[in-house]
Amino acid sequence: SSHEHKLNFKKSKELCLSYIQDAMLQKQWKRAAEFLTCYVESLEKDYSREHVGPSEMIWRIGTEILCHHSHSSMKEFSCFMEQMKTLGVKRYLKVCLEHVFHLLCNGQIDEAYQNLSLAESWRFGEQTALQDKEMKLIQAYRGLLDYYSWSKQKNILLEHSEDGFTDLAVEQEMHGYFRKAAVNLKEIIKIPGVWDLFVKCYVDLLEFYGDHNEARQVLNEYAYNSKFPANPNAHVYLYQFLKRQGESKKSLISALKILHDIVPSHELMIDFNTMLQKSKKRKKRRLGLEVIFAALDYAGWKENAKAWSCLARQVKQIVISEKHLDWIKQEWNSRKDWWPAFHFSRYLAKRNWQENKSLSYEKALVAGILLGKDCKYFKHVSHQGCKAQLKRFRMLRKFVKRHNPVYLRISG
Amino acid sequence: RDFNERCAQCSEVNWGLTDGGRFYCRSCHNVTERTREVVNTDFITNSRVQTISKGLRKQEKNDGGCEWYVCEGFQLVLKKQAEALEALGVCPQMKDEILCNFWRCYLQKSKQAYCNRPAGETVKALSVCESSTDVDSDPERPSLLHLLSLSENEGDLQTDCSFASSVSKVSESTSVYSGSVDGSLYLMKNQKEKLRMTMPMTLSFCYMALLWLREPITLSELLRFVVEGHIPYLNVFQHFPEKMKLCGLDLKIFYVESWPVYEEVLNKMHELAAFLDLPRFPDITDSCFLHPDMLCMKYLMEANLPDELHNWTCRVVKKIGIGEVDFLTLMPGNKSTRKVKYDVIAAAVIVVVLKLLFLLDDHYEWLLSDFAEERNKNNTEGSPYFEFKKWYEVLKRSLDVEQKKLDEERAKYLWRCEKPLFYSVKNKSKVLKRRQMVVNLQNQFGKLSGSVRRAEKPNPSSFQLSWSEENTDGSCFHGHSLKGILQEKCGLLTAMNPDYWLCTVKLCNEKLCGHLAHYREVDFPQSYHFVLRLFSFLLRIQPSYIHDEVCMIEHKLFNKKLCKKLKYNTVLRK
Repeated sequence: SSHEHKLNFKKSKELCLSYIQDAMLQKQWKRAAEFLTCYVESLEKDYSREHVGPSEMIWRIGTEILCHHSHSSMKEFSCFMEQMKTLGVKRYLKVCLEHVFHLLCNGQIDEAYQNLSLAESWRFGEQTALQDKEMKLIQAYRGLLDYYSWSKQKNILLEHSEDGFTDLAVEQEMHGYFRKAAVNLKEIIKIPGVWDLFVKCYVDLLEFYGDHNEARQVLNEYAYNSKFPANPNAHVYLYQFLKRQGESKKSLISALKILHDIVPSHELMIDFNTMLQKSKKRKKRRLGLEVIFAALDYAGWKENAKAWSCLARQVKQIVISEKHLDWIKQEWNSRKDWWPAFHFSRYLAKRNWQENKSLSYEKALVAGILLGKDCKYFKHVSHQGCKAQLKRFRMLRKFVKRHNPVYLRISG
Repeated sequence: RDFNERCAQCSEVNWGLTDGGRFYCRSCHNVTERTREVVNTDFITNSRVQTISKGLRKQEKNDGGCEWYVCEGFQLVLKKQAEALEALGVCPQMKDEILCNFWRCYLQKSKQAYCNRPAGETVKALSVCESSTDVDSDPERPSLLHLLSLSENEGDLQTDCSFASSVSKVSESTSVYSGSVDGSLYLMKNQKEKLRMTMPMTLSFCYMALLWLREPITLSELLRFVVEGHIPYLNVFQHFPEKMKLCGLDLKIFYVESWPVYEEVLNKMHELAAFLDLPRFPDITDSCFLHPDMLCMKYLMEANLPDELHNWTCRVVKKIGIGEVDFLTLMPGNKSTRKVKYDVIAAAVIVVVLKLLFLLDDHYEWLLSDFAEERNKNNTEGSPYFEFKKWYEVLKRSLDVEQKKLDEERAKYLWRCEKPLFYSVKNKSKVLKRRQMVVNLQNQFGKLSGSVRRAEKPNPSSFQLSWSEENTDGSCFHGHSLKGILQEKCGLLTAMNPDYWLCTVKLCNEKLCGHLAHYREVDFPQSYHFVLRLFSFLLRIQPSYIHDEVCMIEHKLFNKKLCKKLKYNTVLRK
């Protein structure tokens, strides 16, 4: 309790820390700095046995304060980080990495690169082996910065070639960066993890130099190796690559299949559905319907006219062919309790009509089929549409009326 | 010869020279450190450096240091503390005579000086330091690890253990273990036999001297001055001369990492007084500062309570006999009487008086205050009637502000100083590097702190809260009258409050459980807790200490009634 009048070193530093914590939570950076000034003498009694010792505390707290304090500068920050590096050998590379991150966030790319190179050359007995993970990260980020330099050189080269110049020196430099970057990027993506940016850059390099096989292998590994965490982006990258390579629809579809499983609301679901709809195989068309319904379960898609047009198209096609009405029935079964309120309320009918006529058109078609011509949504929109004397709405009305029995079969 | 100082022990001037070139007093055979060539004036003002052992004493070592003994270090500490007290206004007699003599007496009684040291001990000290390999093989000699764990100070045990293990690999020189000659021996001594000197004990010495001289400084004030930095205690070793190198086990002895504790200092003082076979201390009479009547006056002022309450405190003091000379004066070795805590008892008397007048049951005092407020409306002349409510509001506000300041100061307390400490020469460079980094970081973040930290400590003052009659906002209650809460009965003014509640019906056995009563905030009225909290802040001690004294006073005050009640109970049971 605060009414205690005893005090010892440990207790007073604990108290000090709680004041720092309070100040930081309230964003009072001056006050936090004030108490940190009193806390730092704990360094002279640093017990390495504690889980988080004073040196780590000071590093983390000091970093926060220097990031947010109005009077601090990057120069001061770097000076502080250099001191922190000398504090704990076991944390050396971690501190280096964080320092680099801050430099990057502050746009100081060159300093960041220097620090990475310096850190890469660090050796400290058995610590080097123990901090292997951090070292790999350092090399990976250096690879990333090398890629960035390569990219700059490439752009210069392209500019010059447009102007009709050839620049050997730039080209050599560019190749040099490529080699450096490739080595490090390749290494890091071998380790199971999430390396989106690194993978993208590496694939970019490989594609530029025409090594499509390697690129494909890398992307396959990244997407399908079970040791790697499930990552939607991996599948997206693979899909985009295959598309660039002009692969068959079959392989494109298989690339997107797992993405649908992981992220049914992904924006690529439209592409996916489009490809599936056009397929000759029945299973694929069935899947297509499932995909588009699943996407529209998500609030983010409610006002997406393209998605609704996909669904409308497919539903219309099924209704006209009078085949596979059971597909619609199956999909509608789990949705008939909540889609009406979610998508087809009277309020939405009014709003959709006012804001986006195409959207309301597509939705009205779907509503008309699924809920019948007497449903609120269809009635309002078609009424408005006909009032406005828009031809397609008149056609819509006729269509839905004609196929009303379908609704009865679906809902039954 | 030219050596004309008086002998420390017998005050004669009758010197001879030993074979070692040292002066010795022919009357009492007291051997001093003074040699003919070098007069070592570094260590004490009147240049008396005690002989510790008959061993040879080298003046210079390789690193510019010299040999020094632990008690010399403590002597230096005491000297510094006495000087600081003198600067605060204590009479110089304290430093030059009283403290000095107490210290010499202690040295003699604990056989550290002024006596013939058994030769065996010296030999033992040297051999422990010399070879480390023997330490493990000999089962009787405690290992270095054991030595370190004996220390009373709070553990740096992790660093200690690593130090110990690293040290055991190193061999000869004594400087690795401790800068002082007898550092390791010091920690090894059996504590039960002789009162081993510690840093808190230096304060016990000071307090004992102050008490002997009946100086107007209470123990709580002394300790407060220590914490505020007016009296050397924390990092006092930075005042040691350059030649006295501190390292290794010296740290365990001289380095302080916690605020001194009232009870500990007081208990040690009593132990010390008995150990030194001191006679009855000078009488504490009613004209002394430490007398409850005087202290009550001071605390009433500081607590912003009406002066008129003083009459009541004096009455209570008289009634229970705690103003008697025999009660207040310290008789060393008397274990049957309870240790007198002058400051705490005075505060407790005030609490009891407040309970007598205001009951403090979270109910009556507010009613009484409203009543006084009413009466105040018609009170146009003279001083206003004291209203508890108003007083409470003013005090609570001030107390909260001051307590908050104090809490922040506790969190901001700096323990280290410029002079670095290291266990061995080996980790000296590491320690210095760390110190440099700390200073750098302090500068860096100090600049970001906004306000400039005050470079000097505030002037020491006896009063922590002050109230001025000149304040027109009516926040000073000294002159207020108690008439608003008193009534006339048979020509006397008595309290309107007819009731009283005892803090505890039965007192605990202090010797068994350490306290007379056990205070828990939730068990008592909030007004009572507030009053305890107020004095707890002023005296810098736990509320429970004051509560103990309150219980003691109440039992003395209502003794007869309690006895009757107990008898009645036993009769019923039969």
